[in-house]
Amino acid sequence: MNILRQTYWLLWKDVLLEIRRRESLLSMFFFGTILLFLFHFSFEIPRDKTAAMAPGLLWLAFIFTGTLALTQLFQDEKESQCLDALLLCPMDRGALYLAKVLFNFLIMMLVELVIFPLFGILFNLDLWNLLPSLFGVALLGTLGFCVLGTLFSALTLRARAKELLLPLILFPLMIPSILGAIRAMQIIFGAGNSEELFQWIRMLIVFDVIFMTVGFLIFEWVIEE
Amino acid sequence: MPTSAKGTGKTRKVLGALVFIFVLLGLYWGLLHAPTHPVQLDIQRIMYLHIPSILTAYLAFFIVFVGSCLYLWKGERRDDILANSAAEIGVLLTAVTIITGILWGKKTWFSPGDWWTWDARLTLTALLLLIFVGYLMLRALIEDERRGAVCGAVLGIIGFLDIPLIHMAVHWFQTLHQAPSILQTEKAPWENIPPDWLVPLSINFIAFILLFFYLLSLRLHVGEIEEEIKKLKLYGRA
Repeated sequence: MNILRQTYWLLWKDVLLEIRRRESLLSMFFFGTILLFLFHFSFEIPRDKTAAMAPGLLWLAFIFTGTLALTQLFQDEKESQCLDALLLCPMDRGALYLAKVLFNFLIMMLVELVIFPLFGILFNLDLWNLLPSLFGVALLGTLGFCVLGTLFSALTLRARAKELLLPLILFPLMIPSILGAIRAMQIIFGAGNSEELFQWIRMLIVFDVIFMTVGFLIFEWVIEE
Repeated sequence: MPTSAKGTGKTRKVLGALVFIFVLLGLYWGLLHAPTHPVQLDIQRIMYLHIPSILTAYLAFFIVFVGSCLYLWKGERRDDILANSAAEIGVLLTAVTIITGILWGKKTWFSPGDWWTWDARLTLTALLLLIFVGYLMLRALIEDERRGAVCGAVLGIIGFLDIPLIHMAVHWFQTLHQAPSILQTEKAPWENIPPDWLVPLSINFIAFILLFFYLLSLRLHVGEIEEEIKKLKLYGRA
């Protein structure tokens, strides 16, 4: 499995860079925390409404912090001409795509791992028993965000005002995944039935599979100069 | 001008004349000849503009998808110009649909005083507009022409593939909160409409399809001229 090995080494390169610098991860943590404070000041959520509003607020925080990571995703490669070197390597372009998706997924999940309990503490929401199932839904939703986000991050790489452009084209297309994740979490918090929960989870899986496949196949054109 | 260009110019003129006739006929039939709706009164006549424009917009976005696929497959400039042109017209038609929809809804099925309601169909149409405005923005913000074409093609394909999913998601989401909108899904659309309205609707639909192809041919022509100018600038006069 050549492509898996290539993906692994490309992923390892990004992980190693992140371990040494901790730039993306730290800025995302702090940005997420600031967002939680802003939510408090904007909504002053009453205690009985917290569970109903939590999924939407959490996803807003995930999406915004995730977008922050996406705009930086190919920045290193671009600045130091590493991208040209990577493209010259005799390897599958799909491996580069998978590695970037996995890296983005990894750091987003790490951030979410902190944001979830932080939300519970700051808003006095008893989510500890629900945490595994919430995290499961977040896993599927975040993967959807990463598969499409990575593709669009590469797409806007050479555009003017790319930080503005990326959310503009990404967010409307993310609706099925985000809606699915928010609804599924709301059901886990007790609003709705389990049948509906599986309907939304199916939507999340279908979204992930379709766009992971399309992204993998189409990335060759996107990254080629 | 080469003979083939002269030939397409002639076809375009004939098409333009046809558009003119059908639009006039559609306007006459829709505004004056068709019977007035018993409950909604004259405001219902917006339908003759509203429904043809959204159906034609769908056609436009389908052409964006086809053009994008062809461009990635064969790499011909022509297909990219086709996709880009269709997207521009599609955005225009979707905007017309939303504006007419709001005007119509405000008088009929929105709550009094409202300018918007989060109905599934309305939300979906607005999202469609946002997606393809994003497409046009992407095209405008990438300077390199070939790069812009490739990125546009990728977004055109992904956008089109995403529409059924967005449709499902928005529909599931909205139906949980409110009853489905006025159109009944268990019947075919034409079974809901009396023949007196179906005739003007069909005429207007034909008018819009013709108008779309007319605008598309004009926009393609502009694209070709732009290409020619670029070539002249690069290589100078032959």
